Amino acid sequence: MTTTDVTTAAGRGTVRRLAGTLHRRPRLRLTLLLTAPLLWLAVLYLGSLAVLFVSAFWTTDSFTSEVVKVWSTDNFHELVTTPVFRQVVLRSVGVALAVTALCTLIAFPVAFWTARVARPKLRPLLVVAILTPLWASYLVKVYAWRLILSQGGLADWMLAPFGLSGPGFGLPATVLTLTYLWLPYMILPVHTALEQLPANLLDASADLGARAGRTFRSVVLPMVLPSVAAGSVFTFSLSLGDYITVQIVGGKTQLIGNLVYSNIELNLPMAAALGTVPVAVIVLYLLAIRRTGALNSL
Amino acid sequence: MEGIAVRLVDLRKSFGETTAVAGVDLEIRDGEFFSMLGPSGSGKTTVLRLVAGFESPDRGRIELAGRDVTRLAPFERDVHTVFQDYALFPHMTVEQNVAYGLKVRKVPKAERLVRARKALAEVRLEGHGQRRPAQLSGGQRQRVALARALVGRPRVLLLDEPLGALDLKLREQMQVELKAIQREVGITFVLVTHDQEEALTMSDRIAVFDQGRTAQVGTPAEIYERPATAFVASFVGTSNLLGGETAHRITGAPGTYNIRPEKIHVLKETAGADEPDHATATGTVAEVVYLGDATRFLVDLDGGGRLTALQQNLQTSSEDVAAYRGTRVRLRWHRRHAVRLPS
Ligand SMILES: Nc1ncnc2c1ncn2[C@@H]1O[C@H](COP(=O)(O)OP(=O)(O)OP(=O)(O)O)[C@@H](O)[C@H]1O
Ligand SMILES: [Mg+2]
Repeated sequence: MTTTDVTTAAGRGTVRRLAGTLHRRPRLRLTLLLTAPLLWLAVLYLGSLAVLFVSAFWTTDSFTSEVVKVWSTDNFHELVTTPVFRQVVLRSVGVALAVTALCTLIAFPVAFWTARVARPKLRPLLVVAILTPLWASYLVKVYAWRLILSQGGLADWMLAPFGLSGPGFGLPATVLTLTYLWLPYMILPVHTALEQLPANLLDASADLGARAGRTFRSVVLPMVLPSVAAGSVFTFSLSLGDYITVQIVGGKTQLIGNLVYSNIELNLPMAAALGTVPVAVIVLYLLAIRRTGALNSL
Repeated sequence: MEGIAVRLVDLRKSFGETTAVAGVDLEIRDGEFFSMLGPSGSGKTTVLRLVAGFESPDRGRIELAGRDVTRLAPFERDVHTVFQDYALFPHMTVEQNVAYGLKVRKVPKAERLVRARKALAEVRLEGHGQRRPAQLSGGQRQRVALARALVGRPRVLLLDEPLGALDLKLREQMQVELKAIQREVGITFVLVTHDQEEALTMSDRIAVFDQGRTAQVGTPAEIYERPATAFVASFVGTSNLLGGETAHRITGAPGTYNIRPEKIHVLKETAGADEPDHATATGTVAEVVYLGDATRFLVDLDGGGRLTALQQNLQTSSEDVAAYRGTRVRLRWHRRHAVRLPS
């Protein structure tokens, strides 16, 4: 019998008492558990969003580029009336939608194969294979695409036998690269949904006289749609916020992100105003998506 | 003349190493209520899935109304299935579920609705058309599945343990309803079940499955009274096998016999002379089980072996019953109830 035994026993007693108290008082437990993450969320995330939004209503001194903290809606006025800004916003949303559409189109057959056609033993491996690109650095992947799409690169070389050439750098290259980058975020939820689709629903549909196409439209699609919507939240918002890919493979193409980036030094309030645009668009997108019920399962 | 709705010829199906169906020949008549009865894993579901077209056989032929459908897809066969777990489409309302088969077959919308409502009325679910399957009880879902399969008036309806998920009371009630609906619509029903009572009460004919083969096909009475094998005797009802020396001495001929417990009378050992055409055996009561409406006696025969006898409790009460334990009794049965089984 040594003293250490005694102290550990006492320590254990304290821990046990504490655990008991926490068990009896769920409110206290919840408070202790959630305070730190909630603070993090409120201060860092919502706080910075608020700062962004507020500073969008300030202006800059055109000589010194100093921020003038005077309340004004000039930035938003400029945003709406300047054709270039309007064009860039529309282009950015268009890119995000195009990437989402492409991801969906590619994800469906791939996920159908990984979830239902491939041998069951192979399926987890296939999922891992789909996820591996996510482990590689974003920049490495984008530069890889730059190589592929560059003049005389892989794309040109592969299309040459057909008398065609690659898309070169520009808007199509941006859409292509972004599609590649965010594809796993679409395949994964679609794969999960297809995998969980009860096989006997497909049997039942065929049993009632439906051919494959009909079963796909009337049974598979409606049941997988919420997952597509969930995946599209990722592909859409990630594309809308991107400004590096477009710099590397986009040629002269400008997206919202680039405008924000180029304004940040000279005209911070304008950059903030521009920055609120994707936030607003994504909120609208989420509201639209919510009607499909997809967010309930997210 | 009665036509043949389903004909199976030497049907075989294996999954890797397991042989699920090992050569089944079967003829199911038009308008018949036919049951496939057998223990778990005996291949009933596989036969049903082969008939529906969800699986394709390794060998053999499937005919529906005389037409060879062995290589046809499910949507090309005039059969509908009621699945064990109902397989209702969760994203559709009850009405849409029921109308789905009609929609697929391009029935005009107005007619579709009328027929779907009528089908729902047939299964006593009027007014539930706008609900989702998740908002229904188990028994209601089962009836939606039935309505969905019936509304297209297939030639044959396949039911895979449709009542398996229901509690006893509901199951008995649905058995009666199912039988009534079948009589009304006159469609051939093929029911898979491992509940012998269900098969006996509902069917016109029964096929008893054992390890991927049919052990016996016949009416409920034939199956019960004249089991063709020891397996059928033990799977349908309580078997009571009498074999070896004892059987030879009692019946006068060697072999294995099955006697249903309720066919055996329990008498005092000193009971009078044997009636003609009856066989008797004496023994000691080893166990008495009071069942409420009846009492089961387990009797160790003097010549060896044990028989179970079931007596209706016409006069006895539980106290009388207990007093029988250890007493000497004489068992008597009519000779025609001792069914000789192939060894
Ligand atoms: N898809 C499958 N893959 C592999 N084996 C299967 C498959 N389907 C059935 N089997 C096997 O075939 C045999 C027969 O199965 P089946 O489902 O026809 O039995 P069952 O008579 O319907 O049994 P239960 O009463 O339990 O439903 C079983 O041994 C089963 O394990
Ligand atoms: Mg089964």
